[in-house]
Amino acid sequence: MIQADLNVVLPEVILAVYAMIALLAAVYTTKDKAAPIVLWVTAGVFVLLAGVIGFGGSGETTAFGGAFVDDAFSRFAKVAILLSAAAILVLSQDFMTRHGLFRFEYPLLVALSVVGMMMMVSAGDLMALYMGLELQSLSLYVVAALRRDSVKSTEAGLKYFVLGALSSGMLLYGCSLVYGYAGTTLFSGITAAAEGGIGLGLLFGLVFVVAGMAFKVSAAPFHMWTPDVYEGSPTPITAFFATAPKVAAMGLFARVVHDAFGGAVSDWSQIVAFLSVVSMFLGAVAAIGQRDIKRLMAYSSIAHMGFALMGLAAGTAEGVQAMLVYMSIYVVMNVGTFAFILSMEKDGQPVTDIDALQNYSKHQPGRALAMLVLMFSLAGIPPMVGFFGKYYVLQAAVDAGLAWLAVAGVIASVIGAYYYLRIVYYMYFGEDREAMDSAMPPVGWALLMGSAAIMVLGVVNLFGIEAPALAAAQALVN
Amino acid sequence: MLNSLLSIITFIPLLGAVILALFLRGDDEAAQRNAKWLALIATTATFLVSIFLYTGFDPANTGFQFVEEREWILGFQYKMGVDGISILFVLLTTFLMPLVIASCWDVKHRVKDYMIAFLLLETLMIGVFCALDLILFYVFFEAGLIPMFLIIGIWGGANRIYASFKFFLYTLLGSVLMLIAMIAMYVDAGTTDIPTLLTHNFASESFELLGIQIVGGMQTLMWLAFFASFAVKMPMWPVHTWLPDAHVQAPTAGSVVLAAILLKMGGYGFLRFSLPMFPVGSEVLGTFVLWISAIAIVYTSLVALAQSDMKKLIAYSSVAHMGYVTMGIFAVNQQGIDGAIFQMISHGFISGALFLCVGVIYDRMHTREIDAYGGLVNKMPAYALIFMLFTMANVGLPGTSGFIGEFLVLMGVFQVNTWVAMIATTGVILSAAYALWLYRRVVMGDLIKESLKSISDMTTRERAIFAPLVVMTLLLGVYPSLVTDIIGPSVGALITNYDTAVLDSGIATAVAEN
Repeated sequence: MIQADLNVVLPEVILAVYAMIALLAAVYTTKDKAAPIVLWVTAGVFVLLAGVIGFGGSGETTAFGGAFVDDAFSRFAKVAILLSAAAILVLSQDFMTRHGLFRFEYPLLVALSVVGMMMMVSAGDLMALYMGLELQSLSLYVVAALRRDSVKSTEAGLKYFVLGALSSGMLLYGCSLVYGYAGTTLFSGITAAAEGGIGLGLLFGLVFVVAGMAFKVSAAPFHMWTPDVYEGSPTPITAFFATAPKVAAMGLFARVVHDAFGGAVSDWSQIVAFLSVVSMFLGAVAAIGQRDIKRLMAYSSIAHMGFALMGLAAGTAEGVQAMLVYMSIYVVMNVGTFAFILSMEKDGQPVTDIDALQNYSKHQPGRALAMLVLMFSLAGIPPMVGFFGKYYVLQAAVDAGLAWLAVAGVIASVIGAYYYLRIVYYMYFGEDREAMDSAMPPVGWALLMGSAAIMVLGVVNLFGIEAPALAAAQALVN
Repeated sequence: MLNSLLSIITFIPLLGAVILALFLRGDDEAAQRNAKWLALIATTATFLVSIFLYTGFDPANTGFQFVEEREWILGFQYKMGVDGISILFVLLTTFLMPLVIASCWDVKHRVKDYMIAFLLLETLMIGVFCALDLILFYVFFEAGLIPMFLIIGIWGGANRIYASFKFFLYTLLGSVLMLIAMIAMYVDAGTTDIPTLLTHNFASESFELLGIQIVGGMQTLMWLAFFASFAVKMPMWPVHTWLPDAHVQAPTAGSVVLAAILLKMGGYGFLRFSLPMFPVGSEVLGTFVLWISAIAIVYTSLVALAQSDMKKLIAYSSVAHMGYVTMGIFAVNQQGIDGAIFQMISHGFISGALFLCVGVIYDRMHTREIDAYGGLVNKMPAYALIFMLFTMANVGLPGTSGFIGEFLVLMGVFQVNTWVAMIATTGVILSAAYALWLYRRVVMGDLIKESLKSISDMTTRERAIFAPLVVMTLLLGVYPSLVTDIIGPSVGALITNYDTAVLDSGIATAVAEN
């Protein structure tokens, strides 16, 4: 019995054991000198596990009495999480080394948080959910404050921790209400309890759980931590925050609302639609005044989460599929964009003011072009792949009778287009300025160009992502 | 090869752009020359291939021809095809683009990027007119904003930033509502295939929304969403304000493309989507369009009279002429729509040529102020002749193509709404006023301004660019059946289907009762 259970959670176990062994080994040997090796090995393990999970898994199996679910949905999310985490890890090496932040704990903390994320998307029980979420969050609090001697970085870590703890509290409170009224923490049990109408107590619990998760995906009005944490953390960490944890939190969100409250779609759909519309507008409007590109990306990610939530609000398999496709595209765009932001330096010091991009295209035409593609893709202008992500969620929303939400979404996207255009404007129409440093590590260059190429070439067939996303969505929504 | 002729025509410019981007290095004199020649070869090749389209087209067949179909993502198709309505727009595009490229021979700033932008734009414009899938159409339609944004923003005038943002956001806002309507159409009909949608009956039962009675129901709402996009693109009064800004700030070649081709996308959209797919919606709101077109013609003509900037004057005149187009389309009879299409084609040549005329003297004097000129005829006789021809064509003098379009439209509208036709006819007088006045102030009189004393007449290259435009304007003016024979049967079929659908829905009585 335990043998079968362990087989199901094997990837997580491998990753957790690897992280602990590597931690011990590094502590007792060369410490920070081993950091590059640890980083590349960790990234390698990520990619390997992604391969194993992506190509190896099939069907739906549960472990530990239903607390852990391995199905097409969790596999899709895990592959996205692992690959994006690997990309961010290799991307960060150069920056971390040059700024003296490269400790061997960094890749291992990332690995541990990835274990938490994998747990989150596989959770079949409120307890498992909470464990995964906290493992992820605790690791992230630490990496946010990685630059110990910087006030901003410590502030980011502290803010993230305090607000994160608050949201965990809300989530936990919601969980306890749900447990109290359903009599079980198992998602299948909650579904059974909610059959024939969700009671007031369960509804209260649901609202608190949703609020806690909205905090984790940084959906407005629970977004306040995002800009500060994005700005204060070292840039590679910001890049990490913007990618893998978002996929995990979105996956968790979908898992809870569909698996545990699948019978009460009409109840949570309104809440999610509200979160979605507020996030889209706040993300679009608040970013207009930003001059710091990292804060700008924070608001951009809030707006994008709003769009992903729109797919979820539809409450259908189509909506979940749309959300998964959207998140995959979002992650690729963000990896590329942050690869670019990491290369923004002057005299070896990072610059984040978008004013520094003035006339960038003259000095670095290739990179400027890639960034232009990414910006138009983020804005959702065809033929870039970002448009198809938006189209997907819009269609899911209209199909589910949420035409008003779709209309609100496109209006927000027009407002949002303004600040993406502004970056293009600085790069292409700006005045002559002193050029920024031209150095860019080959890994960053490859990721920037690669993601831009994906955004353009994806128009042919979206790299076949539809079919696995559909299978994943159908596994979740019965 | 004929099976994928449209794809070949659409993607030759893209191929040229890719070659330019990947294989042409450096920014010296030689590289710039190579870029220009390559772009000219690519656009000319596109035009030559598109001649096969003309010769292979069968006007008697009112269905789509040269159809290609492939599977694409999300259940959409990559489907291309042309009918009598769209083929001429494809030909107009391929015909004008080599001239556009030739007209920017003197550009010195980032020549390679400039050429790439125009080549991309050509691919996207041709794609718009050929696409037979809703989403494919939308992709081409929207993607065209990107190169145009860059053309205005990088190579434009002093206030280019404002103009480029306004252009982009204005048109994007119009288009996203259309996207929602497209999704609603897909959800309703289960397909994005345009030929299938043309025969699909969208619900037209009236219902109440937010306390407002919507006559024509879904059709009216979708019609409005499409209208938001095409009216901005056209541009129609009162959402035309982006156009003068964009025109004034855009470089000459950008203005030519904008006026001659991009504006036609709106009119094409009305003919391809609004009329045939939402006949009830069109019937409900058709009169409204007729009236705002009439207002647009008179109002923008008056505004044109007051301009001191040549490009702005021509831009407002474009808005006025587009007023005839929307008026003709929503008259929904053979003369009206024939005239509207004819007017669009002819305006493509005439407005393109007028912007080139401004470009010629702007290149020499670097100002567009009318007051800075006067008496050019003394030094530039050839220029004066050509400018006069196109001024007359703009006015609608018989013998030029401008006359045929306006006359057909007015005749069509007169049968539907006499008052609108009457008001619109005053626009003909006003257009004569501003166009001739512009011509008098710039070209006629004595050459007294010191700065103009050394101005030189048009070069051989400039004359060569104008020659095809002169030929086309006069040819279409004296032999209009060159166009009407091609569009006639398709337009006839469109009107028949429209009338049947309106009759079946019984909306005429419902409108009358309201």
